[in-house]
Amino acid sequence: MRKASFLRKQVDKLKPYVENNKLLHTVFDGFDTFLFAPDETTESRTHIKDGIDLKRTMVYVVLGMVLCALHGIINIGHQHYNSLGLYPNLTDGLMWKAIYGVLQFIPAFVVVHLVGLGIEFFFAAKKGHPIEEGFLVSGFLIPLIMPPDLPLWMLAVSVAFAVIIAKEAFGGTGMNILNIALTARVFVFFAHPTFISGDECWVSPDYNLLHTIAGVKAHTLNMLGLDRVPFEGGWKSLIVDGFTGATPLGLAAKGGWDSVIQNYSISDMILGFIPGSVGEMNKILVLIGAAFLAFSGIASWRIMLGMLFGTIVMGILINIIGGQYQDNLFLQVPWYYHLIMGSFLFAMAFMATDPVTGAQTDPGKWVYGFLIGVSGMIIRVLNPAYPEGWMLAILLLNVFAPLIDHVIVNRNIKRRLARVRQS
Amino acid sequence: MSNTFKLKKGFDIKLVGTPEHQYVENFKSSTFAVKPPDYNGIKPIPKLTVAVGDEVIAGDQIFFDKPNPDIAFCAPVSGEIVEIRRGEKRAISEVVILADEKIKFKDFGAEHPDRISEESIREKLLLSGCWPLIRQRPFNVMADPTIKPRDIFISCFDTNPLAPDLEFTLRDDMEYFQTGIDVLDILAAGDVYLGLNGKLDRSLFSGIRKAKVNSFTGPHPAGNVGVQIHHAKPISKGDVVWTVHPYDVVTIGRLFQKGIYDTSRMFTIGGPPVDYPANFKSYLGTGISYALENNLKEDNVRVISGSPLSGQKLSNGQHLGAFDYQISVLEEGDFHELFGWMLPSYGRPSLSPTLPPVELTSKVPFVKKVEAFNANTNTHGEKRAFVVSGQYEKVLPMDILPVHLLKAILSKDFDLMEGLGIYEVVEEDLALCEFVCTSKFDVQETLREGLNMMLEQG
Repeated sequence: MRKASFLRKQVDKLKPYVENNKLLHTVFDGFDTFLFAPDETTESRTHIKDGIDLKRTMVYVVLGMVLCALHGIINIGHQHYNSLGLYPNLTDGLMWKAIYGVLQFIPAFVVVHLVGLGIEFFFAAKKGHPIEEGFLVSGFLIPLIMPPDLPLWMLAVSVAFAVIIAKEAFGGTGMNILNIALTARVFVFFAHPTFISGDECWVSPDYNLLHTIAGVKAHTLNMLGLDRVPFEGGWKSLIVDGFTGATPLGLAAKGGWDSVIQNYSISDMILGFIPGSVGEMNKILVLIGAAFLAFSGIASWRIMLGMLFGTIVMGILINIIGGQYQDNLFLQVPWYYHLIMGSFLFAMAFMATDPVTGAQTDPGKWVYGFLIGVSGMIIRVLNPAYPEGWMLAILLLNVFAPLIDHVIVNRNIKRRLARVRQS
Repeated sequence: MSNTFKLKKGFDIKLVGTPEHQYVENFKSSTFAVKPPDYNGIKPIPKLTVAVGDEVIAGDQIFFDKPNPDIAFCAPVSGEIVEIRRGEKRAISEVVILADEKIKFKDFGAEHPDRISEESIREKLLLSGCWPLIRQRPFNVMADPTIKPRDIFISCFDTNPLAPDLEFTLRDDMEYFQTGIDVLDILAAGDVYLGLNGKLDRSLFSGIRKAKVNSFTGPHPAGNVGVQIHHAKPISKGDVVWTVHPYDVVTIGRLFQKGIYDTSRMFTIGGPPVDYPANFKSYLGTGISYALENNLKEDNVRVISGSPLSGQKLSNGQHLGAFDYQISVLEEGDFHELFGWMLPSYGRPSLSPTLPPVELTSKVPFVKKVEAFNANTNTHGEKRAFVVSGQYEKVLPMDILPVHLLKAILSKDFDLMEGLGIYEVVEEDLALCEFVCTSKFDVQETLREGLNMMLEQG
């Protein structure tokens, strides 16, 4: 037995105080195992174990998203000031943009974790389980896939819905059928559609309490030469003429590629300093995250590549069909531009690769990814109501993933049966 | 002619304290044991034919399984029965023999296997204690003496961590090995298959007659006989094959050449806490204390009969299992590690690219490559629900879906277990799956449950 460190002794001293309360004990245990890898030893036939565990796996997914989150924070501020006609260049007023972004992002992040972790802790204590790490990833993903301006109470309700109905009702981490983060988003999408689609939700115009305290609001009013926010219309009335909060996909759905390119250049779309969901804008950073996950073996490269193929194949098919319908401009958008519009790459890297809700067999992963690509493009382009498809496509394929695996499993069984017949 | 199978999947775990070719003369145990629980498929309380205080010689019957009274389980050494240890529900766990200074052997008569009938060969094996050394698949149980197996498989190399190098340990016994193969060839309906280490240019075993030779290259579990059967000639429903370890082939060979039940063989002792990892000669069921005495760097260790991946934990005074050829010693990992899950303070074997084989040092460039790991028994994380997919498949070089097979066992779906190939695997084949599992699932225990369920179903 190795000697316990000073810090370890302090943690051990706390233990007796939490033994009698289930919830306290669960929470204590959660923090204890976060601070120290536990002293458990192997009891079954395998006496040595791989160093990887679920905590490490989940934290690596979060690490893959960190750059996207940082970009998202700056972009929230950048879009905000742009809409008011201030600091038009990216580097202008970078500090104010960052402060605005951070103070806009943090409340959302905190609310998601308070609600989500609160429910997780409660269920873990009730079932006598240790706290499982699944929400580490969901909790980081959710603020990144929401519009920057989503009211906090909607966020709270959607997270509660996702964690209780999609996860705990099925038995907790590892048992869910639908991706938790996407369930939260789809809840907002159907319950409060105007807050998550259209041209207005992707830029956050308002100031919250934190902004006021930090002096961001006063600074902006000062720059605009006002002494208070106009009574009528509030901040929205200050948005400059000609500023559009529309996303490239929104523009493409109405006016095709020409309409997109009039507003945004290709480098705008790749670098992501345009309106959209918080974390998925900068394609380069998303690709870095995707490569990080693929090479660290945390996420399945098979699903990612399958989804890429599916999207390309369906994109080309849509272009071919589009030849017949010249008046439908969205069909004419060249397939390769679809790869840089909207949240395709983010969904590929972080959403489709969820191992719990995806296909679990290796060949199944190819099929699963491919079908997400195909159905995502169908929903994106051929659906008149909503110009983005990955959320619904992934949720749809989440439901079909067990069926895909079933086919693969049956093929394995048939191979074995064929061998018996042969001999 | 020989086929070569190139296996890609799997994982070699290099541990500190791997015994190379050092040989130690004086690791001699004074006690030996015959352990009924080693033999899958026999009743937990066999009928003893000796009592404490009896004198036996090597080859004397110790007990028999009540449903199969013909199969004798014999003493590996001569000496006095000193203890009969019992475990749960009075099941006999060990019959301990205090060995004589010079081992006396019972004479069963030397005979050339080609000159006697198959009937008398079987009888000789049953009588002499050699029969229980033959194992039967599916289920990895003791061979049924009433049947003729489809084929017999022998793996001639061991890829387990800390395992003995059979090319070294058997170098003086090839004559007996050949005789053993002659015997097995008569017992099998089909052929005797040898699985050779394809990495070697020339193997001890390549000149063996009356056997079909296949070579296998690749990481562990390429040396597992189950993996080799799967590639050479898989077990389908209704097939019965036997497997024998090369050491036991030699024992059978000695029985026919010298007429005695001589189980002497080379064991290894190794592991990170072992001062002097080495090979030593002893008999089946050897005691371990001699090899451990003054040979450990620390006290808080776990002694394992067999491989660190699929062996049995031994407590003080226990003996090595009948089908184990190595003593593995590991430091107990019962200590906390600050942020151990994120910032490991020492190198640990892992299949995950997130844990490269490096260790932090105080010298520039502050990391050094780890050639062999100081692995301990820490679980490196708690048990979790099954989340990560595709891990087990990376270490199982077989056309089997391990996760789905295990799920079939958990849901007690017999048809599905059969369909997914439960007949083709035993615990050791899935040991690496248990090693790599992020969620720390008990793979081998679950598989044994499944195998037992299938056995009970008949």
